[in-house]
Amino acid sequence: MRKCAVVASVAYAILVAGASSSDGQSFPTYRPPHMADGHPDLNGIWQAMVTANWDLQDHEAQARPHPEIMGEYGAGPAGQSIVEGGEIPYLPSALQKKKQNFEKRATVDVSSDKRWHELGDPELKCYMPGVPRATYMPFPFRIVQGSSPYILIAYEYASATRTIRMNTKQEAPTPSWMGWSRGHWEGDTLVVDVTGFREETWLDRAGDYHSEGLHVVERYTPASPYHLMYEATVEDPQVYSRPWKISFPLYRRMEKNVQLLEFKCASFAEELLYGGFSKQAAK
Amino acid sequence: MEASVNRRRSEITEDQMNRFSIAIFMVVPVVLIAQAPPAASPATPSKPGAAAAKKAAPKAKVSPSAVLRTPWGDPDLQGVWNDATSTPLQRPNGSISSKDVLSDEEAAEFQAQLANDLSRDRRDGGADADVNRAYNEHWMDARRLKITSDHRTSLIVDPPDGRIPPTVPLSPEREEARAARAAANARFNAGLPDSYKDMSLPVRCVIRTDSPPYLPTIYNNDFQIFQSPGHVVIAPEMIHSARIIPVDGTPHLSKNLHQWLGDSRGHWEGTTLVVETTNFRSDDGVIFQNANPDTFRITERFTRVDADTLNYEFTVSDPTTWTRPWTARIPWTKIDPKEQMYEYACHEDNYDIVHFLSGARIREKKGETK
Repeated sequence: MRKCAVVASVAYAILVAGASSSDGQSFPTYRPPHMADGHPDLNGIWQAMVTANWDLQDHEAQARPHPEIMGEYGAGPAGQSIVEGGEIPYLPSALQKKKQNFEKRATVDVSSDKRWHELGDPELKCYMPGVPRATYMPFPFRIVQGSSPYILIAYEYASATRTIRMNTKQEAPTPSWMGWSRGHWEGDTLVVDVTGFREETWLDRAGDYHSEGLHVVERYTPASPYHLMYEATVEDPQVYSRPWKISFPLYRRMEKNVQLLEFKCASFAEELLYGGFSKQAAK
Repeated sequence: MEASVNRRRSEITEDQMNRFSIAIFMVVPVVLIAQAPPAASPATPSKPGAAAAKKAAPKAKVSPSAVLRTPWGDPDLQGVWNDATSTPLQRPNGSISSKDVLSDEEAAEFQAQLANDLSRDRRDGGADADVNRAYNEHWMDARRLKITSDHRTSLIVDPPDGRIPPTVPLSPEREEARAARAAANARFNAGLPDSYKDMSLPVRCVIRTDSPPYLPTIYNNDFQIFQSPGHVVIAPEMIHSARIIPVDGTPHLSKNLHQWLGDSRGHWEGTTLVVETTNFRSDDGVIFQNANPDTFRITERFTRVDADTLNYEFTVSDPTTWTRPWTARIPWTKIDPKEQMYEYACHEDNYDIVHFLSGARIREKKGETK
């Protein structure tokens, strides 16, 4: 009993020392436990709490497409921008495309191979989310870090995965949805350089987008046993006037026996994509 | 009826393969059991030959030097592995049916015959065959033209005859479901699918050979194994699903939760990773040969037998589908990590679903029927 009391008071002291006077302050200095290779252990299930998947920038709560069917189910939450400085620095010519994307975000037309990807948010169609969007989708992901030169990130959304190749100079062999991830450690921070993207992924449901020239540098830094700080610098000279940065914490999922479940959403998007080609519909 | 049950998955994949052969860029789900000739009537199981009965396939031997360990003490299975082979799941009929393991000379002949049968670069089958084979060797895994290094005549090691056991009578509901599925397949194969629902899960890019048991196919036979303390994760090249296998003693999911890939739990028996998978969804095509999800059991065993070989063995049982459990063994070969494992975006560019459906609608307008 006495031991418990001592532990509790020490814990409280740490809490008080570490806690800040208001919400959302930075974390106190943290030295994470290390694995056998001397690097921090990032293993676990993590999830973002931000609403950036609806919009990276400031957004008010609002109805989304087809409120006449969806009611409140279709509405999105309000949220504060996670973009440093608030705004994504689009080139003037590129901003127009973002607006068009937004207007057509819930429109799909797969009747032509060539125009297959022109309309609609790829998320609506259950396509792989790309990076950094995968990190702030409202789904958890697991980091699998062992003793090989590869770290796997398995995302619940769409069962998407990406492999981070450590300390390699090899260039992307071909464009891909999740990009080509090369990692290295800077102190306790895992730095991941991601290139080799397909141009079709979007950054959110607001139509924010990029070209195939997208270059993302991510930083994962342990901030406590239960938090990773995540930062991503986004660069794409064809679309943005300068590199820009997002940052937010990732939270360790702590529920007892929590595990990634399946969200194989291809089966949820089929009716939207292909229903118009079925026998009854075509008549 | 029972014969069709026994060959069900191979029929689906073979038929749908033929449809796909024309579409160069479409990815194809073909399980190699399609190569196995039809079973003799499953009601009268083929008797194992005397030779086969005497000598069961040799047990995998683990060389002591192969027991590599991770820094946290688990056997180390990390790496990229490939399971392609031409050895059929089921032992072919004919003179070979009495042998489970071949001599070097017989093995060379068996391999040459299989390679010839499987080759999609042959041009000796007439116009129709040529069109199907336009989806040629360029797109295929060349490793699939070699038999397993242990010279077995089938991947199935039990029962001793190397064949999937006979089936038991199915419930009327399951017979009905199979008939409905067969009708959907017939529409698809006739080029007149009513909707995407007439297509199989692999064609729809929902699951392919990323679901256990893992069987060799025509391409994308790579599996990258990742490990961390408490977890083993298998990332197959065929679709991108990572199969996360806790080895930390946590319990299975509640019986109310079902998944396409099921729910896996592993433990170590010596140097072998033993994986039990439960909680499969009941959708058509999720479980091998549409066994019954309520009674289906699968146990997989992964054993690293030397630096470059991982023995993969699975045992499946379902008393409401087969008369007895059966076991297959497939050696996995370590590949050079420089040999790139690519992202497999199956659903994202699945143009052929639209091609199939719009083609069917045009044919209907012309008055064509199957």
